[in-house]
Amino acid sequence: MKTISSPADLRKLREEIKAKMQGKESGSKEKVRIRVHSGTSGLASGAKAILDFVTQELEKRNIDATVVRTGDLGYCFAEPTIEVTRPGEEPVVFGNVDKIKADEIIEKYIKNGEFVDGILPVNYQTIK
Amino acid sequence: MAKKKMQILVCGGTGCSNLQGESIADNLKLEVEANALENDVQVVRTGCFGLCSLGPIVKVMPGDVIYTKVQPSDAREIVEEHILKGRKVERLLYKDPATQETVSSHPGMTSHIKQLRIVLRNCGIIDPENIEEAIASDAYEALNKVLTEMTPQDVIRVIKDSGQRGRGGAGFPTGLKWEIASKNQSDEKYVVCNADEGDPGAFMDRSVLEGDPHSVLEAMAICGYSIGASNGLIYIRAEYPLAVHRLKVAIDQAREYGLLGKNILGTGFNFDIELRYGAGAFVCGEETALIHSMEGLRGEPTIKPPFPGEAGFRGKPTNVNNVETFAAIPAIILKGSEWYSSIGTEKSKGTKVFALAGKINNVGLIEVPMGTTLREIIFEIGGGIRHGKKFKAVQTGGPSGGCLTERHLDTPIDFDNLVAAGSMMGSGGMIVMDEDDCMVSVAKFFLEFTVEESCGKCAPCRVGNKRLHELLNHITEGKGSDPDLDRLRNMSNVIKDTALCGLRQSSPNPVLSTLDNFMDEYVAHVRDKKCPAGKCKNLMEYYIIPENCVGCTACARVCPVNAISGQRKEIHNINPEICIKCGACKEKCKFDAIIIR
Repeated sequence: MKTISSPADLRKLREEIKAKMQGKESGSKEKVRIRVHSGTSGLASGAKAILDFVTQELEKRNIDATVVRTGDLGYCFAEPTIEVTRPGEEPVVFGNVDKIKADEIIEKYIKNGEFVDGILPVNYQTIK
Repeated sequence: MAKKKMQILVCGGTGCSNLQGESIADNLKLEVEANALENDVQVVRTGCFGLCSLGPIVKVMPGDVIYTKVQPSDAREIVEEHILKGRKVERLLYKDPATQETVSSHPGMTSHIKQLRIVLRNCGIIDPENIEEAIASDAYEALNKVLTEMTPQDVIRVIKDSGQRGRGGAGFPTGLKWEIASKNQSDEKYVVCNADEGDPGAFMDRSVLEGDPHSVLEAMAICGYSIGASNGLIYIRAEYPLAVHRLKVAIDQAREYGLLGKNILGTGFNFDIELRYGAGAFVCGEETALIHSMEGLRGEPTIKPPFPGEAGFRGKPTNVNNVETFAAIPAIILKGSEWYSSIGTEKSKGTKVFALAGKINNVGLIEVPMGTTLREIIFEIGGGIRHGKKFKAVQTGGPSGGCLTERHLDTPIDFDNLVAAGSMMGSGGMIVMDEDDCMVSVAKFFLEFTVEESCGKCAPCRVGNKRLHELLNHITEGKGSDPDLDRLRNMSNVIKDTALCGLRQSSPNPVLSTLDNFMDEYVAHVRDKKCPAGKCKNLMEYYIIPENCVGCTACARVCPVNAISGQRKEIHNINPEICIKCGACKEKCKFDAIIIR
């Protein structure tokens, strides 16, 4: 348990987490980050199966990546959606992902950075 | 295969596909192959860019160059000029409507990226069940700032100056609400989050709670600090099991990290949050009914004043805000009131989340600055109407709102403009209707909901809405008469003036707005006994066109009530007395011989 007991604590913890997320600790390499959008609309379209599949397959295929379960991005018409961020690159969102598509994304985009059909272009700005 | 040097992205959204997006992709592939570039250049089909009016869209990467209104015949020029020679095809570049300057990169097209995410800033980005990810995304930094650098009055001033208005429906200024609760002295005060999202087709609050629960917890603590409350309650509908689960996890983790509970961040400020569950009554989204429900009483509204800010939960000053209102607060604190009030229109600041539903291509959740037009939302971000049909109306604000039509498409959306147009902001549901929807039936649908969800306390709603629904039913059954239309309008106005709670004062809006905008459809129902959209079963008749019928007997065999007669290879007939208008015959007929008339 890490009780944060002062404002300085909070800021310190934030920096620590950020460093950890970017893989900066102990000189390890930054990992591919995969977000599986698992809000109600994602889960209703099968996001859970995709989350399990991706987690399992990455391990089987020896790819060092972080898989994160998040809320929905709002693309209900194209669920399930997943987002892949390769180190140092902009995140790319793929829509209507089934296991076949997920396999293609792992083999082509995650491994080699080669695009596959079904990319959802970013059509918003955010405050970050 | 290694990553290719260049990518050509072709929009495969429905809008662009209708405009030959497919053959553009095919042609580009052919050109790439013709120039033996297939090892260096990849053609990729994508989802909607949200730029449908400029479609079909093609984007070339790297460089993020966007080409608009691309024709299949432009494929050669794009490949030969841009890909081979590195020269952009000027005539296809996007021109900024204000400056007429060509903009060649996607991120530079700010005037065409309509969405701005403030409330949804972390949704789909962070793991909602891991507080560390939230903290890395600056969660609780606003609380930190408030507790260490600001007085409660400072916080209220910032919220007031930001111009934020409550996102739950009526648009009451948030800062003013907080000020009222802070000025009323009491030994105990409460902060309540209204997560009883009940409008049909609305799921904004659910997505925020599922994607970024900490933003709401943090904002409630900030509110607690500024009004002097140490208890928070979230009233959430039990029909949202995932949101409930993620909230519980978030609250537990926040307590564990010392961000809720006693002596937060060592500043001596105490604040904790509990959940209360709604049992599915729509009226409990009204703040006084919500408070009664939390007290264990019947979920019925009471007359205001007293406002909850004076005497709310257990008779103590209580500040009730909606999920979306809270979720924007940390961003306002961190980025300042000037920043927030620079977004939006004169009287409605910031952004609004809308849930797009109905006959629209890109069903989903969007967040746009106030002042965005319906046309931009429906035809750009929403990708237009499904199956290329014609837009007819959009219902904003759920059962309290009204139907807006083609002539409202260019109205900038904000609280006041929507009211002036006969609708309201409501919580942000948008249900889009096309030419196949009967507007009398739409009004009937919302009244049905209102009647079902009436708490029964006041007569205008309990009796009045029931009568309204009966009248609408009559009309859709072809039993209506001209005076019924006046009756509808009169009764609606009486309900508006006399009902007890805000939800019911606005409940006749669907009737009034359809009367205003679609009088011709009402007239067709009562005078000609016809439903122009072909939706009202009692006003239509299935009919077999003798010239087209070949006597295959397929329709007679599929009819569940044996209403179709006729021998093999002879013309068939439908007996309207027996026909239940299920439409099975029309679907089965291969010769287009069956029509609705």
